Amino acid sequence: MSECSDCRSCTTDPLGDTPAPGARPKAVALIGPPNSGKTTLFNRLTGLRQKVANFPGVTVEQHSGIAELPDGRTARIIDLPGVYSLSPRSEDERVAHDVLTGARPGTAKPEAILLVLDSTNLRRHLMLAAPILSLGVPTLVILNMADDLRSRGGHLDTSALASQLGAPVALISARQGEGMEQVWEFLAGAMPMPEPTELPVLHDVPKCRQWAGRVGGEAGYHPPAPPQWTRRLDAVFLHPIGGPLVFAAVVLLVFQTIFSYAKPLMDGVTWGFETSGNWFASQVPWPVLRSLVEVVWVKGAGSVIVFLPQVLLLYMFIGILEDSGYLARAALIADRTMARVGLQGKSFIPLLSAYACAVPAIMATRTIENKRDRFATILIAPFMTCSARLPVYLLIIAAFIPDRPLLGAFLSMQTAAMLGLYLLGFVAAVGTARILKSSILKSGHTPFLLEMPSYRWPTFRSIGLRLLDRGKVFLRRVGTVILVVTAILFVLTKLPLVHGEAPPIESSLAGTIGRTIEPVIRPLGFNWKIGIGLITSLASRETIISSLGSIYGMDQSNKAGLRQALRRDLTPGGALALLIFFAFAMQCVSTIAVVRRETGGWKWPALQFAYMSVLAYAGAFAAFHIVG
Amino acid sequence: MARKLKKQRAERLDKDFRVPHTEIKMQLSVNKSEAPAYSATLVDLRRGDAAVLDRIDLPGDDARRLMELGFLPGATVVAGQSAPGGDPRVFRVDGSEIALRRETARKLKVRPTRAAAK
Repeated sequence: MSECSDCRSCTTDPLGDTPAPGARPKAVALIGPPNSGKTTLFNRLTGLRQKVANFPGVTVEQHSGIAELPDGRTARIIDLPGVYSLSPRSEDERVAHDVLTGARPGTAKPEAILLVLDSTNLRRHLMLAAPILSLGVPTLVILNMADDLRSRGGHLDTSALASQLGAPVALISARQGEGMEQVWEFLAGAMPMPEPTELPVLHDVPKCRQWAGRVGGEAGYHPPAPPQWTRRLDAVFLHPIGGPLVFAAVVLLVFQTIFSYAKPLMDGVTWGFETSGNWFASQVPWPVLRSLVEVVWVKGAGSVIVFLPQVLLLYMFIGILEDSGYLARAALIADRTMARVGLQGKSFIPLLSAYACAVPAIMATRTIENKRDRFATILIAPFMTCSARLPVYLLIIAAFIPDRPLLGAFLSMQTAAMLGLYLLGFVAAVGTARILKSSILKSGHTPFLLEMPSYRWPTFRSIGLRLLDRGKVFLRRVGTVILVVTAILFVLTKLPLVHGEAPPIESSLAGTIGRTIEPVIRPLGFNWKIGIGLITSLASRETIISSLGSIYGMDQSNKAGLRQALRRDLTPGGALALLIFFAFAMQCVSTIAVVRRETGGWKWPALQFAYMSVLAYAGAFAAFHIVG
Repeated sequence: MARKLKKQRAERLDKDFRVPHTEIKMQLSVNKSEAPAYSATLVDLRRGDAAVLDRIDLPGDDARRLMELGFLPGATVVAGQSAPGGDPRVFRVDGSEIALRRETARKLKVRPTRAAAK
């Protein structure tokens, strides 16, 4: 199980739990156009922390949570993916549509609706009010981003709008918590049926827009001034030469930071871990238990935990990209490259989030309307360098690549090697897309439409909360999966007992398993110890570090540490082979499971696993034989 | 024979996937008698140029989504920044900024206005 099995952003809604009748809380659905702030409001109402970011299509499935009303009762809030209308075109829109109309199996039709619209773009967003109000469900019309509206000089008369729509209207800022009392009031109140004065013909978009314009006009809506800062920033970020340069500079800075600035943090973590582990071990009376603590905790799990600062730095970078609104621009810049391989810019957003983890990335493909494009994106997403690969790369690069500057202080050889590996994953993804889109997943074009959000300043709070969540997930994984696998490995190295003593590691159960698969991996330059690491990495990629850490840690003749031990056991060609193997192989149970769920069968995940394994083996084989 | 097999396979795949769209075209026109007089499209706009949208020459579903995003006949569209190389380009319409590829922008016919908006 990778980190994502417990990442709450992609768990499905546990709708099975129906409390006793009578006490059943009302189900209230949040609906609105993409990027109007539904999830921000959801988090505020329920106190949960679903993922929020500044680009359309962050939420791709329903989430539900309980909101405690001021009077002590509760309401069940259902967060839904954004929709432009009630005629769905993509998988995420279908989810929203089905839940609203009661067509989603296992989900009761909501009893009330919170319609969330962006108040800075009200005329267009009001179009969605027509189909929603005609559902005949009590509705509160929420005009979000009141702070933006005010600061850019827009205004409107909410009571006039309420009488036009025949439904209560609340002007709020979900981000700042402004105006929330109106939402609580609605949730706790009688929830009247909407009585709109007049509704347009729903299937006629121009009529709907005319209606929205007229209603907005009656309510004295004065649109805010265009976002000047967004225009200015776009003039830089989308500049034909400046844009790509800025992007390259930022990427270089991030990777260089991960290598050099994170060093002190890493050393601190290592020191703390070893000191505490050694102290703890000294308190344990039995030698067997002491060696278990030393090997499994200090040398095993400890060798993974030291990479926490780097992983968090990576998440911080991704968080800033997502929250600022730059991600949509990156998708725009990448569209040409994606077009060349037969995909579109929209596929680039899931691929970028795959740098964190492939599981939410595969879920995020639901925003791609064309099903064949979506499948192709699902199949290539695991090639992107996810954060679980990062510690493995860091360890092997630090052991084999000298830390010499390549371009002064900007780029060291280690950073360049890391960039090369990220590039390798990307090239493999794009190349595979090209093959898929010119063979089994060929399709006609679906127009590329992407709404550009205004830039927003990422808040310390939102980035901080994200890092806290990611840090917890990482530590939980080290404390569960990785620790358990390493402990099992420890036991396997001590069995079978010979005259009551542990056998030499080569003839232990673990050694036997390793030496059994050795003929298969020998052509890649790996010995049986690496082989054991590869087997354990099926549980989660970083487990290889803790397994190797504990295997080498048991060897009393080796005091020098994991890096030196690796240098002794691997040739440079073997190290490169190992890196390439990790770049291409699909060693992730969670990814396989999510691909099965999203493609509705075993056919695609099986094909994907086979393809990636063959590529990994062939790539590693070639690397070992060419470099030697 | 081989071709027939290939076709069968393609058909089987098509059952797995929804066919993206039908070939029915939706043409919307505010003023039908004037429509053919101009053949300029959004592609012809340079950065900062404004034009009034006349009609969308795309299949019904695609045209509908474009209209939901604000590309309605009669709406003023302003060309904005583009990705390096000029494709795709961001268009400002109805208070939003929407990126379109050249191949899509070509299907959106416009009536040029006299003044370029800034």
